[in-house]
Amino acid sequence: MDNRARIITILKNVSKKDSVPDADESLFDSGYLDSFALPDMVSDLEREFKIKIPDSDLNPRKFESISRIESYIESRK
Amino acid sequence: MAVLKAFGAYLPARIVPNRELGAKLNRTPDWILDVSGIEERRFAAPDETVADMAVAAACACLERAGMSAGDIGLFIVASGSAERRFPGPAPTVASRLGAAGAPAIDLPMASAGGLFGMALAAQLAGVYGNILVVASEKMSAVVTREPMEQGVAILFGDGAGACIISPGDGPARIVDSVLHSDGAFAEDLRLEFEAPLAMNGRSVIMQASRKIPSAIAELLERNHRQASAVKIFLMHQANQNLINGVARALDVPAAMFYSNIRGYGNTSSASMLIAASEWWQSHAPAPGDLICFAVFGAGFHWGAMLVEA
Repeated sequence: MDNRARIITILKNVSKKDSVPDADESLFDSGYLDSFALPDMVSDLEREFKIKIPDSDLNPRKFESISRIESYIESRK
Repeated sequence: MAVLKAFGAYLPARIVPNRELGAKLNRTPDWILDVSGIEERRFAAPDETVADMAVAAACACLERAGMSAGDIGLFIVASGSAERRFPGPAPTVASRLGAAGAPAIDLPMASAGGLFGMALAAQLAGVYGNILVVASEKMSAVVTREPMEQGVAILFGDGAGACIISPGDGPARIVDSVLHSDGAFAEDLRLEFEAPLAMNGRSVIMQASRKIPSAIAELLERNHRQASAVKIFLMHQANQNLINGVARALDVPAAMFYSNIRGYGNTSSASMLIAASEWWQSHAPAPGDLICFAVFGAGFHWGAMLVEA
């Protein structure tokens, strides 16, 4: 499974929605994530990709969309 | 070594239900309850000050401790909503309690100020003797400034909490505390003079969701304790969803976190001490019970304290 598919799986689990937003669509504006779901999303990303996301990287804009999350995960490799 | 002698609290009389705020913000009462866990909050009277509320909470605390202001060697007053730049409310509070001449220190800290004051008092009690820590906030004066921001206005209320920390050993022993600050996030939650409160809600929640459990875990680990062994968590009452998230992160039931946010909203630095005052009065902890305090607030400042009853 590629990174995007793994991110989508996590997003579906956290958002409890079966649909998938466009890769560049804001996860907040489209209602997939809110302030309280975002920390759960970050924790699941850490577990799935076996990375530790430092608090200094916890800028909501980095996790604004699927493509931004994908870019961030790539940058951590 | 230091111990918690007593807590006290004061809540203003005026109750502001969600329907009153919702009508001004074009939101339903249920929406406010859903996003915050808050059903109503208290607003101080127009002429009621941060110092007025602090004195009321301090009097309740002194009475429960069986002490008078003359028994206090140092006053610490935390507030992020004091009416003026200086002097802060601390010397006014000490003077009005009848302790003019005693040292009185202001902590101009929102939300985290109560716990930071307690941690400092635990260290200073050996020098100053009994220390009265008060946290008092008149957030209504801030959040009702026009234009009202709905994400902010629904959250906050007014009130004050207090505790007395004394040197020595005995029941309610302060075991340890951890304090942290990171000014890199200073812009994400700030209150400029005469301006509305500015809050990057996503950043605040994201950081708080990580830093509060992290501070609690750090504290428990270095004292060789498990979260499941704690009797009660007394946390800053910021948002019920945040409290639930911290419980999840620590893998303990949310019921282990005392919550009064439904009735008072977020009273910033006062909230944890108000919660502690209520819980202590209604539960009378048994010897050996572990109580864990935790806060997070503008700065960012965050920390935790472990107490053994």
